[in-house]
Amino acid sequence: MELLSDLQLGFTVALTLQNLLYCFVGVLLGTLIGVLPGIGPVATIAMLLPATFTLPPVSALIMLAGIYYGAQYGGSTTAILVNIPGESSSVVTCLDGYAMARQGRAGPALAIAAMGSFFAGTVSTLTLAMFAPPLAEIAFQFGPAEYFSLMVLGLIAAIVLARGSLIKAIAMIILGLLLGIVGADTNTGQFRFTFGLPQLADGIGFVVVAMGLFGFSEIIANLERRAKRQVIMAEIKGLMPTREDLAASWKAVLRGTGIGAILGILPGGGAVLGSFAAYTLEKKIAKDPSRFGNGAIEGVAAPESANNAGAQTSFIPLLTLGIPSNAVMALMVGAMTIHGITPGPQVMSERPELFWGMIASMWIGNLMLVILNLPLIGIWVKLLSVPYRLLYPAILLFCCIGVYSLNNSAIDVGLALFFGLLGYLFIKLDCEPAPLLLGFVLGPMMEDNLRRAMLLSRGNPTVFLTRPLSLALLLVALALLMVVVLPAVRKKREEAFQE
Amino acid sequence: MNVRIRNPRNFFAGVIFLSFGLCAVVVGRDYPMGSALRMGAGYFPLVLGALLVVLGAVICATSLFIPGEKVEPIGLRPLLLVLTAIGAFAVSVDSIGLVAATLVMTLVAAAASPESRWREVVILSIALLGLSIGVFAYGLGLPFKLLPF
Repeated sequence: MELLSDLQLGFTVALTLQNLLYCFVGVLLGTLIGVLPGIGPVATIAMLLPATFTLPPVSALIMLAGIYYGAQYGGSTTAILVNIPGESSSVVTCLDGYAMARQGRAGPALAIAAMGSFFAGTVSTLTLAMFAPPLAEIAFQFGPAEYFSLMVLGLIAAIVLARGSLIKAIAMIILGLLLGIVGADTNTGQFRFTFGLPQLADGIGFVVVAMGLFGFSEIIANLERRAKRQVIMAEIKGLMPTREDLAASWKAVLRGTGIGAILGILPGGGAVLGSFAAYTLEKKIAKDPSRFGNGAIEGVAAPESANNAGAQTSFIPLLTLGIPSNAVMALMVGAMTIHGITPGPQVMSERPELFWGMIASMWIGNLMLVILNLPLIGIWVKLLSVPYRLLYPAILLFCCIGVYSLNNSAIDVGLALFFGLLGYLFIKLDCEPAPLLLGFVLGPMMEDNLRRAMLLSRGNPTVFLTRPLSLALLLVALALLMVVVLPAVRKKREEAFQE
Repeated sequence: MNVRIRNPRNFFAGVIFLSFGLCAVVVGRDYPMGSALRMGAGYFPLVLGALLVVLGAVICATSLFIPGEKVEPIGLRPLLLVLTAIGAFAVSVDSIGLVAATLVMTLVAAAASPESRWREVVILSIALLGLSIGVFAYGLGLPFKLLPF
């Protein structure tokens, strides 16, 4: 029963007063930004990184993780009550959640969303605890060739699962990889693409890139839309779901949790994908699909369970392999590095208190969220009536202070400005920024592993195909690529025929 | 047949990728290449740069044939003023200190939205000033230069 003793260790770490406090702060902040549209977990985590400098690493990571899954809870509240998805992972919840609210059933919708999320959180915490150790065992057998192939797989999966144009996503990743290797080359010391700026010798900070692409550009785009947010709040009459509600939704919660947990593990997955997939599945298998969009409780239960499950299982590749699977996890890599922890399979054996403490804190955090959120819903919704004209200068200022204080460098703020402009152009041109950030974090790791693999194989590139694990990873990547390319080819041909 | 841009979003995205790729290849041309066995500093960037050039060119080329959506008009006021506000913060934080930088930044930023009302903006910037000094400079003890002297 090693699992039990490990979890026990985790809970003793997570239940210290300090860690409980930081967990609380994390989930509270997460809920807050989940409620507010226009600021997401990526920008928030980037903003708060400097604030965690003085904390012990466990507390810092517990808080940052709390922001991510807390945001999933907050996002659903506004989706249901005012039809505004606070986070992209709650977009589908709007459909049936708001419909329920208009029928005066906002209470049950919120309750089922919270209960489903809590159930999903519990299951995925257990999944994480059970699957992480064996995966880490496998990861210990990885050499540079396997790591390189794994990163190729990760990037391809991120492309495949990203929405929008395939070729643009590939280009974004390559641009990210290129930006990632700016600075002094770790092997030879050669300065690359520093343009004579000594500040660039250590490379471009990932917070700088994240803040520009996800923080600044989003603010500009929001101001441009200037959509009047009319907050017409549905009344909440009683929270308890009826017996029929529970009967209708428990299976949806189970299915949503399963889908979310699986899609969360995949690179490029995370919370967003799971919620969409879970909703689609519910609609497909329903006896009467026309109920969906008109207040079907399964349409709330499934995606809300899925996004929470996905948010948590996306920690699995990070904690076991050291490979981030989405933009938030890419930031977590940075957070761990700042605290002197190299993400990878050795974290579990060398820093068990950190690993298990984080996992235990996720369950505690989920519990806090359920207890906190249902009574506090009124307050969260009031926050929505704060006009954006008062919010964005504050967000902008805290973003700037966050970027600056990372290295006490005004040049970093200037660089973030450049990435803000770039990110704005990408929004206009329909390019997803998340693959770029992923490539940015993986760039130096990929180059390093490629070099070492080639050195070990004496310059023989077939090493990636002759080592079985590496070959398997590459084959999976190829299969994934085929899956998307083939229908796309077919579609394009159809378009060509129509002209 | 006449050549025109049928998918402006993809065309300009392609131009961005193409220019980054070209920049990588041109700036990185003098970095030592090394061999496949012992890769030099120039190997990986050259491969990536070349790939980016090719992808950018393909995206541009296809945008001439396959139609797509127009680029939505750019709102100059939020774009320029938000960027100016960030730039103002970057320029002023080290020279005249956090107090002035915060005030300048919030005032410029507020001008980016036509909905801003001046009385509110003044109150907001003072509140933010208190918050940024209280939380970041004193609360978290981050080393900021507060005043110009």
